[in-house]
This record gives sequence, structure tokens and C-alpha cells, in this order.
Amino acid sequence: MATTPIIALSRRGFLKSSATAAGGLVIACYLPGCSKPEEVASQSGPAKMVKANAFLQIGTDGSITMFCDKSEMGQGVYTALPTLLAEELGVAPTAIKVEFAPPGDEYVNKLLGAQATGGSTSVREAWDKIRMAGAEARTRLIAAAAKEWGAPPQSCTVADGYVLFTSRRASFGELAEAAAAMPAPQDVQVKGRNEFKYVGKTLPRLDTPSKVDGSAQFGIDMRLPGMLYAALAQPPELGGAVKSFNADKAKAMPGVREVLQTSSGVAVVADTWWQAKTARDALDIQWSPGPAAKLTNAAIYAGLKKASGGKGLDVRKEGDVDAGWKANSRRVEATYELPMLAHATLEPQNCTVEFRDDGCHVYAPTQVQQMSQAVAAKAAGLPPEKVFVHTTFLGGGFGRRLDVDFVPAAVECAKAMNKPVKLLWTREDDTSHDKYRPPARNTLSAAFDGNGKLNTVKVHLVAPSITARWAPGAVPQGTPDPFAIEAAHNFPYEAPNLHIDYVQHEVGLDVGYWRSVSHALNCFTIESFMDELAAEAQMDPVEFRRSLLTKQPRWLSVLDAAASKAKWGSPPAGRHQGVALMSGYDSYLAQVAEISLEGDKLKVHRIVCAVDCGQMVNPGIVQAQAEGGIIFGLTAALFSEINVTNGKVQEQNFDTYRLLRMNEAPVIEVHLLNSDEKPGGMGEPTVALVAPAVCNAIYAATRKRLRKLPIVKQGFVV
Amino acid sequence: MIKLTVNGQPRDVDVSGDTPLLWVLRDSLGLTGTKFGCGMSLCGACTVHVEGAPTRACITPVESVAGKAITTIEGLSSDRSHPVQKAWMEIDVPQCGYCQSGQIMSAAALLEQNPKPSDADIDAAMSGNICRCGTYPRIRKAIHKAAAIAAGQTGREGG
Repeated sequence: MATTPIIALSRRGFLKSSATAAGGLVIACYLPGCSKPEEVASQSGPAKMVKANAFLQIGTDGSITMFCDKSEMGQGVYTALPTLLAEELGVAPTAIKVEFAPPGDEYVNKLLGAQATGGSTSVREAWDKIRMAGAEARTRLIAAAAKEWGAPPQSCTVADGYVLFTSRRASFGELAEAAAAMPAPQDVQVKGRNEFKYVGKTLPRLDTPSKVDGSAQFGIDMRLPGMLYAALAQPPELGGAVKSFNADKAKAMPGVREVLQTSSGVAVVADTWWQAKTARDALDIQWSPGPAAKLTNAAIYAGLKKASGGKGLDVRKEGDVDAGWKANSRRVEATYELPMLAHATLEPQNCTVEFRDDGCHVYAPTQVQQMSQAVAAKAAGLPPEKVFVHTTFLGGGFGRRLDVDFVPAAVECAKAMNKPVKLLWTREDDTSHDKYRPPARNTLSAAFDGNGKLNTVKVHLVAPSITARWAPGAVPQGTPDPFAIEAAHNFPYEAPNLHIDYVQHEVGLDVGYWRSVSHALNCFTIESFMDELAAEAQMDPVEFRRSLLTKQPRWLSVLDAAASKAKWGSPPAGRHQGVALMSGYDSYLAQVAEISLEGDKLKVHRIVCAVDCGQMVNPGIVQAQAEGGIIFGLTAALFSEINVTNGKVQEQNFDTYRLLRMNEAPVIEVHLLNSDEKPGGMGEPTVALVAPAVCNAIYAATRKRLRKLPIVKQGFVV
Repeated sequence: MIKLTVNGQPRDVDVSGDTPLLWVLRDSLGLTGTKFGCGMSLCGACTVHVEGAPTRACITPVESVAGKAITTIEGLSSDRSHPVQKAWMEIDVPQCGYCQSGQIMSAAALLEQNPKPSDADIDAAMSGNICRCGTYPRIRKAIHKAAAIAAGQTGREGG
């Protein structure tokens, strides 16, 4: 078998300084967990389960189970990760049963330095790791068979769950115990691209059948014998606390078992959730306002504006911007403001907890198993090893479930009741108690030289830092939060003098990672500004960009592909086009939006997206992520904004926090470019290009430049 | 005691008559395929059929549907053989999947009324169902596909 040697990974984890044991280790160290013979021997039951490593278990009955270390929130890891394992084991992906992995250092995401599903890292991180897990198990199985048969291992092959040598064959199940007893293999090699049978093909998603018959188990669907239900009253003002409460009325209502003060509010526990929620609404609670009690949007944006006057932390400094600025008087300056946004996962936040003899069991739709374990342990008063986190399917993630604020109160209720409790937020709770996408105020300046060439570019970013809250201490003092400067730090356009800096300015409320994070802030800013520069240069927006990307082949190729597929420059009558370009998550993308306007009425007809995301595990899932990301980005561009008045979030349900609907969805065309590069992330990046592409199209139609979002607040209706 | 007929089975439930059908289905009867998204009939995640008509269970008092035929995603077919489910699998529509029970129930009701819907018909019937993952392009494609599957099954002209 021709093979490609594994190369020790060198990709830097952004949050390495917060990493636990696994941070920065080479790949072989990710494969602990092989069962010891005595562990297997002690099992009872008809089949024994043998762990090949932390990700793979082979039963003596032939069953193959993957412990999937990433949460399935729609992005397709439940299919893509088993496909990588299946490829190396030589079995069909459908032959693998998938279970979500528990908290554990062996499951720390080496690109994030924490056990987390996010940052569009899942396939990028799994690409070597999971293939290696499969290849290591294959090597062990072959070694065990070869030893049994006295055959040379290099002459043995695997197919459909068997090791084969000449006319002999043995099933993985038969070999499992002997394979685990073999010494750890030293020479493990993964398959080359030309040997792939499953990777790179659009195979059906493994979770689809359970998602068309209602059987897929989301967090909200947990049911345990004797389970009670809880609804939680949280402070209406962000950061507030319970001063006092009167539960007499609530306690007298049907089904109510208890009213409890928790660390985050007042919970009503009842026989059904509807009873709990109804009684919660009848609670009489006095709240003490927190530090955000006077907070308003006006103050937030005034604060950002003031902070914008200060110097930031350097992100990039090339040439001499001061000299370039002084020497060239043909200048363009613009300031862009981006709103706060809610995640609005369709499954509201929830958590189910049961205390058993062995400890505290937490069932949660979470993107962070170890963090969930840690906060549950604190709430339970137990050591973390006594807390068992069971990850369900996630009814949307989008970064919301990188936070664990919905876990402790459920633990506190279950502990107080000594019964299993499911705590569920309402939609209004969810929208008004989110960790919001940071607002931003970005100022860009540029100067052209006497020959009309772009000479100097200054990018001045101002926004709060998510990571400062989420992983305190992870970002070294004096360096910018890497999740604040995305899609700016890699500014691709040629300019001899370039300065990018970032001012961290906290705005008085919790901000969170929101699908595509700062890519959405900075891509809007930079790609809108590039359009402004093209107009100043009196050049076509695509031609202008192209002229500044001569040394950037991957950027150029997606730009050319999108322009060509969208018939750039020749839109249908009455329609107008706008373009945007970005690289993020090791992927390269370009989008062309096609719009029309009748008076103020905006219609987005079509979005064409070209993608170079390197090699793909499952192109169909990549395409679905691109499509979904575009809808997500368009929703935000058109409609989304969180408003805070006197510390209270004004948006509550989908009547005030509008989401795009079927009748508003444009035609979406995604073009996936062939590439031999390593995989890029695709869960998020398409989100970020939509707003600038659409706003640039609006400029093409109206000569009106939108420097704030959402679009419906800028004089247009949808 | 309120007498219901859910997925063809008689079910008696001991709940207050104003309890929304959604919570009776999910918590009293264990039919968790029907989802909670908003509680205000804004998102469609809770869509079920009452006498064949798509109905938002989150705002439907259970007493108002006593004695009527209620169908949930669990009762649409026993083996994912409904044309809409088949089409959904063929096109791989779901991402997170949370809204899909409601989408499928709305689509099934549409096709029952209109075996060969146009894009405008689909917009009209489906705009009450939010998909936060953005599967709309695939839902549209899958509804056309389901219409063709259903037409093939019943001998109608394919769409």
C-alpha cells in the first residue's frame, strides 16, 4: 500500500497559553486510551469492547464505535469525522456507530487549546488526528493477524471489517483483543489522496435519518424517569441579581414542587415545563440592578467612538504609514459601525441533570464539554471527575453554546430536588440573556500616490474582546485578541505602507463568539472600504481588487471564479452586483450579490460564492455549510441588531428579532474549487462576506454607501 | 381528563385544558419530535397536523383539539417512507435538524393540498417555518422532489 507519512503538526493553537496537557503536542500523543488486556478481560456480557484509542472502540462482536470529540450542531461532524476514521479502517462510514466523547484532556482541540467545537476547526483538526487514529488501529489489527498467521504485516490488507492475507481472513471483532495487546505501533502511515474511497465524496449524512423522523435527541428532548421540569426567572437587567422574591402565588399553582433561588435567578420546579413556566411568570421578584443598569446602545457606541481616538495594539505594520500619509493627499477615510447580535439557536438553552450514586450526570447541548463539567462540578460541590457530561445533538450552536451559563442552575435544581431536572429557557430568556456578538467601530484610511496607485492603508479596529472574558489570561498582555482581528490581520491587498491596529474597548456587557466572530466585523469593514477605494480610483470593483492581488494566487482564483460564474459586469436588467472577498479558517472565498431596488424596497436575488477550502471530506456538507452560512449572514446584514435600554435587551422573540424566511431567501450558487491544499474550515466563513457584497451592490444601484448595519435601519425595506 | 387521538391512537391526558398541545405532546406523551422554538407561533418548529391542517402546537390549547385527529412527525410514517421524508433524505436537507420536524409537517400538508406546488406556493406555505441553519434552498428542492416521488407513487404525472 502506498502511503503518506504523517508529519508532526505545526499549526499554532491560538489559545495555547490556556491549553491543558494536550496543547501543542505532536499527533502520536493524541492516541492514548488503548484498552489494557485486564480491562477487557474483566468485562461481562456477550461482547467485549476494546478501545483502540480515545476515538475508536472495536467490539468482539465486530461493532465499531467512534467517540466523536466534536459536537454536532448542523455542521456535519457526525458524518465527516467518522468518514475520516472509516477511510483508514477500510469500512463504510455507515458501519461506524457514533457516540459523543466525554470531557477529557485527550479530546482537547489543539487548534483552540480547549475541548471545544468552534472556530471552524473540526475537520482541520481531525484531518490528521482521526485518520491517524484509524491508521493506528488498522496497523494493530494487521499486526495481530500477521502474528497469528505468521504472515508479513506489509502483505496483509483490510476490507469491510476484515484483515486479509492470501486466502485467509479474520474479522476486526475476532482480532480486537489481540490487537489491543500488541505493542504500540511505531510506523503508522495514513492513506494518500489517490487511495481515498470515501473521503472527498458526497456521501449521505449519517444523522439525516434521525432528523427526518423526529428521533434525533437534542438536549431539550432528554427524558429521565421521575424527571421534573424547571423554568428560570433571570434578572431583566443584564448583570442584575435577586434582591428578594415572593413565591406564595407561584407555589400555590398546579404542579409546582418548589421555588428556588439559584446562582442566576429564581427557578420554579414543577411536574411539567408548562406548569413551571406559568408559575415562573407569576413570581413576584425584586431585582437589584447590576453595573449595566444604566447601559444603553447610545452609550455603547459613544464609548467605542471615544476609544477610537486612542492608539491600539499593533496587528501589522509595514512600510511607513506616517510618511505615506503625509506625502499623498488623495485620500479616502471612512468609519463603519457594526451592531451587537444574538445567536438565536432555534433550540433554546437547556440542560438536564441527575445526581446518581456515582456522581452528577449532565445532559447538555454544549460545544464545551470540559467547561460544562467544570461549572457543573462547582455547582454540585463535587470534583470534576464525579461529573459526567453527556453531549446531545445541538439545535444550532453558532458559538452560543461555547458558553455554559445555562448549566449551573440546572445542577442546583437537581441537587435541591434530589431528582432529575430539565431546565429550559424560553425564547425570550434566550434572546435577552445571550452573550452578544461584539459591536465594533472601525475606521479605515487610505492614500493613493501620484500615479493613482494605492500607497498607504490604515485599519483601526475598535471592539471589545471576547477572549478576555471567555478565557481570561489566554491572550498575553500587549497582544491583540486573535478573535478580534480576523479577516484584517491577513489584509491581502498590495500597499507599500500598511498599519493595522486594534483597540480593545469593553462595553459593559458580555460579548460572545458568534458564527464567523470578527471575520464578520472586519470583512464588512475592509471589503466595503475596498469598494470605496475602487470608486475613488474610478475602477471596476473586481478589476480594482484584482490589480492589488497579483501576488495572492488563492485570493485571485476565488475572485475570478465568483466573477465569472456570476457574469460580473453583465447583470440582468434592473439588477446590480456587489463583490466581497475574504480568507478565513484556511479557506478562501469570494461572493457576488445580485440585488434590485424598487424605491426603498430591496430584494436580494442571488448570491454566487466561490470557495477554495483545500481538500474536502464531504463536498456536499461543505456546500450545505456555504449555503447556510450565506442565509445566516444575510439575516444579520438585513435585519439583526440588539438594542439595550437601561440595561435591558429590547429584542425578545422572533417578532422583534427577525430571522430570514423561505420567501426572502435568494438563489444561492456555490462553486467549490478543486484544491490539493490541506482542508480549510467551512462552518463559518461564508457568513462574513454577505453584508459587504450586498451593501456594495446597493452602492452600485444607488451610489449610497452603507457604513452601518442592519440594512433595514439604513432607509431600506425588505 | 382530555381525550386525544394522536397518530391514530386514543390518548387520555390529565392536564389543564389551556395547556398548549406542544407540551402535552412532548412532556405528557413523550413525543419529543415536535419542537419548541418560540411559543408564539412565529417559527413553526412545533408544526403538527390537526385533521390534516398544519397547526402550531405551541399556541393551540389542548382542549381545542380534543377528539380531533392529531398527527406528529412520529406518525407521519413508521419507516421514513413518506415522500417528504424520502426527499429530505435524498437531498440531505437537515443541518442541525431542530426545525426539520416542523418543516416536514408543513411540507407534507402543502403537498396534500397542492400536489405540484410552484416556488411561489412553496414560499407561501413554508414562510412560517424558520430554519436558522439556512436550509431553505434545499427545502425548496426537496419539496419539488417529494412532489415527484408522490406523483410516481400514485401514478400522477411526475413534476
